[in-house]
Amino acid sequence: MEQHTIAVLVNDHPGVLTRVANLFSQRGCNINSITVGASEEPGLSRMIITSGGDDQRIDQLMKQLNKLIDVISVTLLSKDPMVTRELALIKVDAGPAQRAEINGIVEPFRASVVDIGPTSLIIQATGDIDKIDALLALLEPYGIRELTRTGLMAMARSVVDQPSYM
Amino acid sequence: MSVNAAELTKLRSVPNIGFGEEMTGAEALLRCLLLENVEVIFGYPGGAVLPIYDSLYSSFLKHVLTRHEQGAVHAADGYARATGKPGVCIATSGPGATNLVTGIATAQMDSIPLVCITGNVAQHLIGTDAFQEANITGITLPITKHNYFVRDVRDLPRIVKEAFYIATTGRPGPVLIDIPKDVANAKAPFYYPDSVEIRGYRDTVVPSDEEVQAFVGAISSAKKPVILAGGGILSAGAEAELLAFAEKTRIPVINTFMGLGGFPGTHELALGMPGMHGSYTANQALLNADCIIGIGARFDDRITMGRTKEFGPNAKIVHVDIDPAELGKNVATAVTVVGDAKSTLQKALPLAKACDTADWIAQLRQWQQEHPYSYKKNSDALKPQEVIEMLYETTNGEAIVTTDVGQHQMWTAQYYKFKSTRSFISSGGLGTMGFGFPAAIGAQFANPDRTVIAVVGDGGFQMTNQELAILVQYRLPVKVVILNNQCLGMVRQWQELFYENRYSQIDLTCSPDFVKLAEAFGIKGMRATTTAEAKAVWAEALAYDGPVVIDFRVEPEENVYPMVAAGDTLDQMVLGEE
Repeated sequence: MEQHTIAVLVNDHPGVLTRVANLFSQRGCNINSITVGASEEPGLSRMIITSGGDDQRIDQLMKQLNKLIDVISVTLLSKDPMVTRELALIKVDAGPAQRAEINGIVEPFRASVVDIGPTSLIIQATGDIDKIDALLALLEPYGIRELTRTGLMAMARSVVDQPSYM
Repeated sequence: MSVNAAELTKLRSVPNIGFGEEMTGAEALLRCLLLENVEVIFGYPGGAVLPIYDSLYSSFLKHVLTRHEQGAVHAADGYARATGKPGVCIATSGPGATNLVTGIATAQMDSIPLVCITGNVAQHLIGTDAFQEANITGITLPITKHNYFVRDVRDLPRIVKEAFYIATTGRPGPVLIDIPKDVANAKAPFYYPDSVEIRGYRDTVVPSDEEVQAFVGAISSAKKPVILAGGGILSAGAEAELLAFAEKTRIPVINTFMGLGGFPGTHELALGMPGMHGSYTANQALLNADCIIGIGARFDDRITMGRTKEFGPNAKIVHVDIDPAELGKNVATAVTVVGDAKSTLQKALPLAKACDTADWIAQLRQWQQEHPYSYKKNSDALKPQEVIEMLYETTNGEAIVTTDVGQHQMWTAQYYKFKSTRSFISSGGLGTMGFGFPAAIGAQFANPDRTVIAVVGDGGFQMTNQELAILVQYRLPVKVVILNNQCLGMVRQWQELFYENRYSQIDLTCSPDFVKLAEAFGIKGMRATTTAEAKAVWAEALAYDGPVVIDFRVEPEENVYPMVAAGDTLDQMVLGEE
């Protein structure tokens, strides 16, 4: 199913997340990931939501979102070039013997080890979804004890051509 | 305390009335309602709204004590549908608030402006499962246009102002304001804003010139065009514009169920209602049209039968709606216009030219003559359809008629040709049984001088008949017409047609004697079992200056036809039993 990424600018009021989340379930759509945080304007939050569905369905969903009183604007980011990032914390089984080896995986991904325990490491990684998935695949053989991902953040690229970074 | 209407008008005209005066949240709420020109509040008191009811005790506002909160919200809805003004109701926290839920959902589905006020437990108790606590903003979130939980008494006037604004502008709908008891008791200086600012909210929707040109262009060459006019005509007050547009362009008009009365049912260009139980001609028009012009109609599944790809097989669809989310939601469209019906038709009228529809209209006339709504009268037994015909003829099509949901509702929509707008009041989208009678109460409050008839079934009436007390208490001359077939007729019809006559749980023979029930409330009760009796009883009821309940004993096995079965397309219409 085609994935869409939507940015929703909303009032930073109690209950607004429920309104948005409820609308997806009311219209029979699934939220694959959602991130919420402050926006550039005080009093407003920006939600980045990823959801599957054909173009007609996502168009309908965006129109319905626009009708919520607490929604200021809705933008379909995935129709144009965008920068996407996700942050993951990965707790991997690792005794002293495996630490160096795992470091060898972590470095090329520009990830970092943020906690070392007697039998495990916590790795922090940022990047697009594919990059995080690739890192996870490489760490899988060591044993992933715990995983937490933020969900996707996204922003439209500037119109002027510029070199793209990873 | 009570004052007359003139005094109240004078009071309302005092600029900045009470501004700066310190008052409680409850007093501020009532002051806001006064400034919003609220004529009548339907409600039911309880613990969490005690401060509001205490303020009401010394207020000028008219409050109607219904016998159930559902009665209050349906009455407010009936008032709103009859007037176009927002209906207002009040209920207490917990069960009071949850009893509003069906009524709020009813209003949401049909885009009816309501302001529903609920009390809640004091904020220090919120979230503790306190006595009569319910998260009503959470519960009503999917069935309101917007809702508010008031945290600070200083926000209350702004919130009330916004609530009325949101309920009545754009695509109308219900707004709920939940006021915890501590906010109702807290004091603040009163100020009422004279405007609202809601970022990102579209209130007025005037279409662009380009959209209107595309709209007019799309219909100009049509040979078999038809207008599908919905409830949006009523919401926008676009009845005169629609009439002018249809007459100028010579395009015939189908009124959706929600749009009945928006175009005069007796007009030469009127084709009646389409859909599952619509007229043969209206459905044939949709099947054969080369251009379907939907205005303030949402192409719902009782018209498209859910077969949206096969809908309007020969037509390009032009769709005008105030709500952009309706465009392309159900059917694929060739031209869309985001605009309210009134301003769109006003802009389109000077550009539009007469279409060459003489042959098309002749064909439609022929269908109308060949296949009018019909039923077989083969004995003296009373037919439900003839009761509705009688109501229509004796009131000259000018009464306000409310209904519940089911067979009687469809017969009313078919056989009562509504001449004027806001006269047919029925739950179209949600299909709420128990709606018709309390809605008639609201409509009668709004129109004390018009004949208001509640057409109900013996099933639906038993859901909300406790409100009969209101007719006596407020001397409302509502005529309650029960089409009593001793069963749940529409369910029976489906069980007969699609479940091999396995009549499951539809028997209502053990219902009360409705004549005695009326009399128990102090209301005139009457009964008719034959055509002759029906005529005599109804003549007496119409002439009687007061409320009446009439038990019309109709043929129990009568079915509603024409009918398009669920899942079929409009060309598979069944015209009736032979």
